[in-house]
Amino acid sequence: MSSSKVVTLEGGEAVAYIAYRINEVCAIYPITPSSTMAELADQWAAEGKLNLWGNVPLVVEMQSEAGAAGAVHGALQTGALTTTFTASQGLLLMIPNMYKIAGELTATVFHVAARSLAAQGLSIFGDHSDVAAVRNTGFAQLVSGSVQEAHDMALLAQAASLQTRVPFVHFFDGFRTSHEVNKLTLIDDAHIRAMIAPDLVRAHRGRALNPDNPFIRGTAQNPDVYFQARETVNPFYARLPGVMQEIMDAFAALTGRQYHLFEYFGHPEAERVVVIMASGAETLRETVAYLMKSGEKCGVVQVHLALPFSAEHFLAALPKTVRSIAVLDRTKLPGSVGEPLYQDVLTTLMEAHGDGSLPMAQLPRVIGGRYGLSSKEFTPAMAKAVLDELAKDQPKQHFTVGIVDDVSHTSLDYDPAFDIEPDSVVRALFIGLGADGTVGANKNSIKIIGESTPLYAQGYFVYDSKKSGSRTVSHVRFGPDPIHSPYLIQSAGFIGCHQFNFVLDTDVLEHAHAGATFLLNSPYGADSVWPQLPRRLQERIIQQSIVFYVIDASRVAREVGMGSRTNTIMQTCFFAISGVLPREEAIDKIKAAIRKTYGKKGEEVVQKNFLAVDKTLECLHRVAVPEQADSRIELIPMVPPAAPEFVQKVTAVMMAGHGDSLPVSMLPVDGTYPSGTTQWEKRNISSYVPVWEPDICIQCGNCSFVCPHSVIRSKFYPESLLKDAPEGFKSAPISARGFPETRYTLQIYVEDCTGCSLCVEVCPAKSLQKSGVKAINMSPKAPGFEQSKTNIGFFETIPVNDRSRVDFSSVRGAQFLQPLFEFSGACSGCGETPYVRLITQLFGDRLLVANATGCSSIYGGNLPTTPWTKNAEGRGPAWSNSLFEDNAEFGLGFRLTGDKHLELARQLLLELKDEVGPAWVDEILAAPQTTESEIRRQRIRLAELKTRLFKLDTEAAKDLLSVVDHLVRRSVWIIGGDGWAYDIGSSGLDHVLASGRNVNVLVLDTEVYSNTGGQMSKSTPLGAVAKFAAAGKQVGKKDLALQAISYGNVYVARVAMGANPQQTLLALREAEAYEGPSLVLAYSHCIAHGINMLQGLKQQDLAVGCGHWPLLRYNPALRQTDKNPFVLDSPRPHIKLKDYAFNELRYKMLANAHPVESEHLMALAQQAVLQKWDVYEEMASRSGSQFHPDASFK
Amino acid sequence: MDLTTSYMGIALKNPLVASASPLTGTLDGIKRLEDGGVAAVVMASLFEEQIRHEHDAYTHLVDMGSHSFAESLSYFPKVQAYHLGTENHLNILRRAVESVRIPVIASINCVSPEGWMDYAKQMQQAGAAGLELNIYGVVADLATSSAEVEQRYLDILTAVKANVGIPVSLKLSPFFSAMGAMAQRLDQAGADGLVLFNRFYQPDIDITTLEVAPTLQLSSSSEIRLPLLWIALLYGNIKASLAATRGVETGDEVIKYILAGADAVMSTSALLRHGPGYASNLLKGLAVWMEARGFRNLAQLRGNMSHDQANNPAAFERANYLRMLESYQNPFQDS
Repeated sequence: MSSSKVVTLEGGEAVAYIAYRINEVCAIYPITPSSTMAELADQWAAEGKLNLWGNVPLVVEMQSEAGAAGAVHGALQTGALTTTFTASQGLLLMIPNMYKIAGELTATVFHVAARSLAAQGLSIFGDHSDVAAVRNTGFAQLVSGSVQEAHDMALLAQAASLQTRVPFVHFFDGFRTSHEVNKLTLIDDAHIRAMIAPDLVRAHRGRALNPDNPFIRGTAQNPDVYFQARETVNPFYARLPGVMQEIMDAFAALTGRQYHLFEYFGHPEAERVVVIMASGAETLRETVAYLMKSGEKCGVVQVHLALPFSAEHFLAALPKTVRSIAVLDRTKLPGSVGEPLYQDVLTTLMEAHGDGSLPMAQLPRVIGGRYGLSSKEFTPAMAKAVLDELAKDQPKQHFTVGIVDDVSHTSLDYDPAFDIEPDSVVRALFIGLGADGTVGANKNSIKIIGESTPLYAQGYFVYDSKKSGSRTVSHVRFGPDPIHSPYLIQSAGFIGCHQFNFVLDTDVLEHAHAGATFLLNSPYGADSVWPQLPRRLQERIIQQSIVFYVIDASRVAREVGMGSRTNTIMQTCFFAISGVLPREEAIDKIKAAIRKTYGKKGEEVVQKNFLAVDKTLECLHRVAVPEQADSRIELIPMVPPAAPEFVQKVTAVMMAGHGDSLPVSMLPVDGTYPSGTTQWEKRNISSYVPVWEPDICIQCGNCSFVCPHSVIRSKFYPESLLKDAPEGFKSAPISARGFPETRYTLQIYVEDCTGCSLCVEVCPAKSLQKSGVKAINMSPKAPGFEQSKTNIGFFETIPVNDRSRVDFSSVRGAQFLQPLFEFSGACSGCGETPYVRLITQLFGDRLLVANATGCSSIYGGNLPTTPWTKNAEGRGPAWSNSLFEDNAEFGLGFRLTGDKHLELARQLLLELKDEVGPAWVDEILAAPQTTESEIRRQRIRLAELKTRLFKLDTEAAKDLLSVVDHLVRRSVWIIGGDGWAYDIGSSGLDHVLASGRNVNVLVLDTEVYSNTGGQMSKSTPLGAVAKFAAAGKQVGKKDLALQAISYGNVYVARVAMGANPQQTLLALREAEAYEGPSLVLAYSHCIAHGINMLQGLKQQDLAVGCGHWPLLRYNPALRQTDKNPFVLDSPRPHIKLKDYAFNELRYKMLANAHPVESEHLMALAQQAVLQKWDVYEEMASRSGSQFHPDASFK
Repeated sequence: MDLTTSYMGIALKNPLVASASPLTGTLDGIKRLEDGGVAAVVMASLFEEQIRHEHDAYTHLVDMGSHSFAESLSYFPKVQAYHLGTENHLNILRRAVESVRIPVIASINCVSPEGWMDYAKQMQQAGAAGLELNIYGVVADLATSSAEVEQRYLDILTAVKANVGIPVSLKLSPFFSAMGAMAQRLDQAGADGLVLFNRFYQPDIDITTLEVAPTLQLSSSSEIRLPLLWIALLYGNIKASLAATRGVETGDEVIKYILAGADAVMSTSALLRHGPGYASNLLKGLAVWMEARGFRNLAQLRGNMSHDQANNPAAFERANYLRMLESYQNPFQDS
């Protein structure tokens, strides 16, 4: 029996551990929630960890999952033990190769953190839609329901695949299992070795392509043999279930953990049985165990081997007494007779019934249901609802559980109060900020308790949809027995609220059970906190007899020299008062952990942390709870009453974290949501905001130009409007000639500000009298908060400036253009959003956006709200996200429709010429649409045209009305990050640029996959560290600009707002004006660069200054004039690359870890920068005729 | 011409030592200085505060944004081989010791008692020939008394001496009320050398931007006077070696310092200004002067103009101040 090590790990790591041990090659591509597994494999390889075969596996990041699958296929065909990790769309991209790999009977395991597929909307969360979509490929499917199982099954799948030659998908629930931290027993190497027979590995190699023993594989087959050849594999699939069970038995002999293809758990004479796979099975097992105590005859069949579905084993697992069966699928097949598992079960039973092999006397009734899509909770209450349904005479067929379906009425009712968790399990909820380290501290607590006491521990972490100011909820359980509760804590005995302001808008004790302990990080002491609490919270505390503690963690942190880091302090409080361990022991454990963590940094650091622990205990006080709730403070409503109905009824519910309660009828049927909803959020995440000094301001517009969150707005207006202004409303005479009696106001939307301070950094106007004072300065928000809100209210009554009176060509002028992208949830100080906002200012009312999946699609379209908004006329950007890989093609589709419908509109207009008015029609058709006033005039013409067409009321008029809007020039923008443009979407982008069509591409180039957490792309510069380039990127960044320029007819610009905002503005306008394809590459500083985001614009400037990011514009239209179309907009490199690079952790990391290698790579990079500059300089000195012509020349 | 000298018991081929500067912070710089002819280098100071700051910045930036959003729970690969800044510094020291023939003296500036001891030991292990304690810092805390400052110097010295076997010098501030007594106490506490004097960060104000402007001005020859005064006063009265630093611009300053009693003369500004090769000019200046005067070795001139040896010792004392004022007018001219 094993004496293997007991550890606490996330499911993903538990799987990667096995995959890494066994495989030689790993080809991957990052996709949530599987990325962690690949990253760990890469990390271990970088550390030189060996696999079972005594070598370091090759971990290779590809340009897409399609590429990864191709590389896997190739490595397998040449004999390497090869694996990959993926999920969702990634798995879909692998499908073609999966058919090949299976068709060629090749042993491999794809480990899949199962995730939803993008349909009406994308979701990164877990369900089985992806694995259901690959059921036809020929891959077997082995399913895990817990962290331990995922660890074990990873090995079993590999063993079975080698033995049967059938490739496997090993899957487990994305996030719920992949990201749950739980205690598990590691399989030691001897046991892994025992399960992987060396002769099978050699046989695998023996089947490889080999010029010393040549053959061909991958033929083209004809009608004569394809069919028969397809049937050759049947015996391999037929013997697989038997082999798998033998492997499971052998594993049990080694480790004591016995698995079956179908695991039955429940009453031996159960009448009601649920069939389910993955983590939901754990919930059902818990529920069945609970119900059996009251004598209920019920059970659950947990499916481990989902494909091939072994009828024999399934029937053997079912109790013979079963009368009704519910099959739960975590996916949806619209229009099918039922979901996959349901269909397999039903077919199995019917076939057995038909051939007389059914073990039970009569055919059980079978119902199918869906649950848990996109990580929707599946709780014991829901499991019970399913079992209760089975007891009914007419149970609901094709039901859903966990939602309220008031449209098709599929949903089962359940009792949310049904709670089966034993008292012996300590259940704790921690509500924190992403930035305050709450999650990290909880993971640490789990490790401390899980690995240094006999207690079991489980942690699961919920994050909100924003990248700045995001809230986290940690669900943590500790108990004497293994914890199999894969659902969020419904009833907690400990609630830690790590930020005081959360209690003002959130019912933080919603899930506290009677007598629970509540720990609040509060600036108010035990004596003074009570009146500061909202009434709802006071009532909860009294009604639930809550034991209430406060600590001023921020003060303690400051006093012990820990700055703003409060996580250790809150963690100490938890150890002291939660009762998980006796107080003394708990404090000893935390101190031991501190010594382990900080020991290397010196005794002084250790002592400082010890001091923090002691001081914490001194400052932790219990609050004497009064008998009456007397607060007049009400919870702050999610949205103001002025918000539209949909926002009130749907958006606000999601914002409050109660989206689970929204019934089906409340949600759009096709994924269409209203624009402009971030304006209602008012997240108030920063306690510091900019304050404008009108007397110092030179009205240059730089602050609003760079503001990533569009919280700085400018207007000029007649002085007379000020007569209604509230006292304290700020304004200044406009600093422009020809505008008498005109005032200027710079208004800061303080509730939407994230406090990034880029505006202050960029402000060029300094006080002549007071040191450090600029025209805009950061200041505590609270003092001027109410005044600011009043001012914003008045500012909004001032009309937005007439676009035809604004100078589009200057940064100063652009500030008066209304942003139609505002208040996004992007990172504070984001380097991408200012470009996006600027595009909406310039072209927003006629803008179509195709947005690649990535950061920009998340801050652009992650529910509940969207920053894309509209103007007072109701016009604004029309935005959509298709996929990651196809964005260029998707946007080209917009253009094709636009071109076609413009043609149709013009054709219909000509047909209706006499009826509409010939002169009028000519005017419309010939109207120039270059300037804003020309576009405005065309809009006026079209308004009149529409009136005339409505009056006509003919078929042709109706047809024209359906496309008439196209007569105003549309601006199609294709927006995405470098992961898309350089890697996964590269071929599509290339093709679209080569199409000659009038599309505009904006690449928000962060030089790394930002959204999935900093993986290398082909844009990552030489020498920079990224995930999958832990040793520094070894090759230079792809020069996408030169590639595009090589077509001749593509407008190309490289811009960096922080270096030259005027050039950025010019380039975007030129790109849009150019009647062909345009590509704008925009330097976007990013949190993944490892910089103080405050320095983002400065880094942009340095990037340009050192020549890493030369600013350029290539305008093909100039070729015909013999002017040089290629213009270098930045000076010769005047600083060293290092002077830019070493301000960033991505470069510094390598300099620190491997100084010699870093020196080498930086020297190469410096050389490359200078050589590239020479190439550009030569191009900039050519004449127009030296750039080749094409058919776009007229 | 014999230019050899002994500094803290370390034999030097000549009295010129490159003091701690960016030039002595890189292997290449140290090699170039050796090529230029210096007899030893004091490696750029290792600042504990900066190491801590860099470490804090590193951990902050590595964790920034992590555990906030479900798709990006971190932004950087975990790098096991992360080194505190000390590691890189020690690497350069090790490589320098291996690759140059001249002695490499390490320099440290710490903020914690543990820091002084730990770093001192690490420098010794890395092969430093000696250690310079750069107890640099403006005592900005208005509550700290001079006695506390003095005791701090002594405590650090005692602690370091107890932990290392290599010779230890102190680079001193000139702002002790009783420099002489302080030097003697340090001498008695076991200092192997005193380096006179440190220069301090003295910020300026930019009247255009109304900002405090950091200034870094290289020293000029006019700055030799204060060190010259104290070397002359201390020569012969303490056991510890004396090193002069500040204002060495030509061979003349080297000569002056040695005449005052310096065992070694350190230079930074001139080497930064003119390049490492300039060391040979300084030495040439010394040699030419010695040759012209018939000196064959340094011992013959060392301390000749010290307080004890000079023909007018009072010239080094405060009385000289009065004398200088008296002599403000040209005695040969009527006013």
